[in-house]
Amino acid sequence: MSLNFHENHRLLYGAALATFVALTVVIAIVPARWVQEHTEPLSGSRALTEQERRGLAIYVAEGCLYCHTQQVRPLPVDKPFGRPSAPGDYARLRPQDVWRMTPALLGTERTGPDLSNVAARQPSDTWNYIHLYNPRAVVKGSVMQAYPWLFAIRETPGPGEVIVPVPPDYAPRGGKVVATQAAQDLVAYLLSLKQTPLPGGELPEQAAGAPSGAVTPGASVYAAHCASCHGSNGEGVPGVFPPMKGDPVVTAADPARHIHIVLFGLEHAAINGVNYAAEMPAHKDELSDGEIAAVVDHERTSWGNSAPTVTAADVARIRKQGGP
Amino acid sequence: MPVQRPLAVEKTHIDRIIDVDFHLTRLVYAYVACAAGWLVFGSLVGEYVGIHLAFPDLGVHPFLSFGRLRPIHTNVVLWGWSSLGIIGLALYVVPRTCQKGLASTRLAWASLWLLNAALLAGTVLLAAGVNNGGQEYREFIWPVMGTYALGLLLLAGNLYRTVARRSITEIYIANWYIVAAFLWTLALVVTAYLPWYQNGLGETVIQGYYMHQGVGMWFTPMVLGLTYYFLPKFLNKPIYSYSLGVLAFWTQLLFYTLIGAHHFVFSPIPWWLQTVAIIFSVGMFIPVVAGTGNFLLTMRGSRHALVRSYTVPFLLVGILFYFVGSGQGTVEAFRSLNPLWHFTNFTVAHSHMTMYGFVAFLIWGGIYGLLPRLTGQEPPHLLIGIHFWFALVGILIYGISLMIGGTEQGERWIAGAPFIDSVRLMASYWLWRAVSGSLMLAAHLIFAYNTWRMRPQALPAHTAEAAGESA
Ligand code: HEC
Ligand code: HEC
Ligand code: HEM
Ligand code: HEM
Repeated sequence: MSLNFHENHRLLYGAALATFVALTVVIAIVPARWVQEHTEPLSGSRALTEQERRGLAIYVAEGCLYCHTQQVRPLPVDKPFGRPSAPGDYARLRPQDVWRMTPALLGTERTGPDLSNVAARQPSDTWNYIHLYNPRAVVKGSVMQAYPWLFAIRETPGPGEVIVPVPPDYAPRGGKVVATQAAQDLVAYLLSLKQTPLPGGELPEQAAGAPSGAVTPGASVYAAHCASCHGSNGEGVPGVFPPMKGDPVVTAADPARHIHIVLFGLEHAAINGVNYAAEMPAHKDELSDGEIAAVVDHERTSWGNSAPTVTAADVARIRKQGGP
Repeated sequence: MPVQRPLAVEKTHIDRIIDVDFHLTRLVYAYVACAAGWLVFGSLVGEYVGIHLAFPDLGVHPFLSFGRLRPIHTNVVLWGWSSLGIIGLALYVVPRTCQKGLASTRLAWASLWLLNAALLAGTVLLAAGVNNGGQEYREFIWPVMGTYALGLLLLAGNLYRTVARRSITEIYIANWYIVAAFLWTLALVVTAYLPWYQNGLGETVIQGYYMHQGVGMWFTPMVLGLTYYFLPKFLNKPIYSYSLGVLAFWTQLLFYTLIGAHHFVFSPIPWWLQTVAIIFSVGMFIPVVAGTGNFLLTMRGSRHALVRSYTVPFLLVGILFYFVGSGQGTVEAFRSLNPLWHFTNFTVAHSHMTMYGFVAFLIWGGIYGLLPRLTGQEPPHLLIGIHFWFALVGILIYGISLMIGGTEQGERWIAGAPFIDSVRLMASYWLWRAVSGSLMLAAHLIFAYNTWRMRPQALPAHTAEAAGESA
């Protein structure tokens, strides 16, 4: 029997396969097993609820992960998306059922933004519903596909149904848009995507992430925390989110109410005779006094607005007076 | 007086090989025809998906949505078109170079049914939103992939037995690559679908390994192996260096297997794994240069053949894209450049320059060279020419526009511009892709027609006559 690769097919293919399998064990199976065994869920994190798990299944089935990553790299460019991801962030991921394996949430392409910490940026369920119904209704120029099949159209929505205030240009001719169970599950999952602080480490990087370049601090806080609802040019979304351009509170000489609303939020208030369908979230826990002063000034001096500006001390004073 | 000039340089006609088994011809043709069908379908989906990115309100139905069609595109072109194409050619090349009939034609037919059944079922399930978890190229759930793997297993056994029974002493270098690729791929699929080490980040480690071994230990060695047969055959001269082929074989095996983690540079998977992957991504230079150099040196001095043959240009383009695409991959793995290009459309350019510029062109070269020899039917040379130029111009526009677009995307992110800027910016590049996609799609339709023109006719009367030219 020849010990020559050129002549002995058993030897040749045996060696080729054995080498491949050996390398596979060393480079793939052992490390995979090792990370699986050696990562614990972060303390302070929680498992997904039953509803959020159903939402994750829709996230996978609809292929959201081909456009969205869920991994923040330890690089300056990823700062806007949160703190760097840690192995523990994924420790709870398991196969969905006997047919399907662990979802590949980390992703390889960012056609859309990273979603690891999206609930901190987009905490409003209303925004998420409208966005899923048609992304262009809230973000001009978005290329994310629409998911109208996660919604139903009802002439007269029943009690307890989640009505989605789609802006008129994007709403169906007749009837009201309501969120199906699937949409509610998916949004519940999206709202669970909030990074847990690393034990002992720094707090999660704030979403603002002060990008470099000629952008002022106020503009960058606005882009990260306000623009999704009030529009990057302050034009809002008709019937859902009020415009900041020419808004009575924003252009008022006394800034107290402006600061108060940004700190503590607002709901069910008519603005210029319009009742807006969504709510304004509070920002007192996410933004510092300095950041709030910066963003308030940004609104007061942009898009043709020109109202007196404020300081961090003004914000601190109103914060101390407290509550809505 | 007007000079009569042909529209294109006249190409040499290919003569039929006479001693070929008609049953094998039909088998090879069936694989190629199925491959062509999946190519047309898969690239139709690709073109649609690309346009959908630019016009997202185009088709609003679950079955017409980006998220469900993207995995259909990738799985159909990888497991349908590319795989059936290379297998079809291998079913001819292995027996030919062993000078022995295929061990079992019947089992090879069974494999074709299994592979097609899996592809069909997988496509329907993906459209229905049933996928394995969004892991690229292993989106088929295990019962589907199991069926596919069974088809591959039967083929592996079939080809292995053919080599084992060869009537010559030496195992030709093409068969090193081809049969080994089957074995590696089977091991790969098993590793990828066993669940015991794939919770949490374990899945990511395996996914990086799987994604790259899929392209690196299946498509790459298969087309390289085929080229080690077709190139010398079409040029009618021996391969430049047999030992370079052997060197490339072993280095490919040693280096490629280790570089999967370069898909997850800067991710939370273990840092040493990423470092190993990056180092060997550079090491890949050795097999790539050995392979490309060997082929190009074989072609040296064959200008005439290049101009006169309608198959050799396909091979030349494929070889050049192998070199360029791999170089592109190596630089993308560097920690210095990865932050610029990772997550951008630059990677999509790389995927197509390799899977299309490299793999698809070599398959086409093989098909256009082989089928007329088997069936005696040649498609119109002009149509082959149009196929070649449409596909080449198409992939060049595709690759260049997305490389520029991807770079700009990465620069925008680094500059800290609002995310939506990077989205709006891609719109014009995606339009270029739609243009290139149309060219490519047209090329594929022509290819499908040409394939039909090369179909085997009824058993010709003179087959029994004395053997003529042989491989
Ligand atoms: C075709 C690619 C694509 C697909 C598929 C896709 N998205 Fe998006 N997504 C985007 C883009 C681009 C943006 C940024 C523009 C915008 O906000 O609409 C985005 C933004 C988002 C945002 C807001 C992120 C932020 O930081 O403001 C959320 C939440 C989101 N997508 C969720 C989803 C979900 C859930 C799915 C699946 C049901 C999905 N996306 C599918 C492309 C996509
Ligand atoms: C989730 C969507 C959302 C986000 C994010 C958001 N807002 Fe609002 N905002 C609203 C809605 C809705 C209203 C109207 C509430 C009402 O009328 O009851 C509103 C109202 C306001 C008003 C009061 C206008 C008036 O005339 O009463 C100001 C000022 C304001 N927002 C500023 C901001 C700033 C500054 C930020 C960022 C730090 C911000 N908003 C982020 C949804 C949002
Ligand atoms: C008409 C021709 C084609 C067009 C227009 C096209 C278009 C596309 C599009 C739009 C995507 C999704 C990119 C994204 O998510 O941003 C894609 C992905 C992909 N296509 Fe194609 N495609 C074509 C042909 C092919 C062929 C023939 C192959 C293989 C032989 C192929 C292999 C792939 C691969 C591997 C990916 C995944 C890319 C990645 O994740 O980086 N495509 N294609
Ligand atoms: C020296 C050889 C090569 C190296 C070093 C290399 C490197 C890389 C790297 C680093 C990526 C990840 C890019 C990112 O996400 O940032 C990548 C992706 C890819 N490569 Fe290569 N590559 C090589 C050759 C090839 C060849 C020959 C093929 C095809 C036959 C190929 C097909 C692909 C595909 C399809 C992807 C996209 C994977 C995905 O994200 O879906 N590569 N390559």
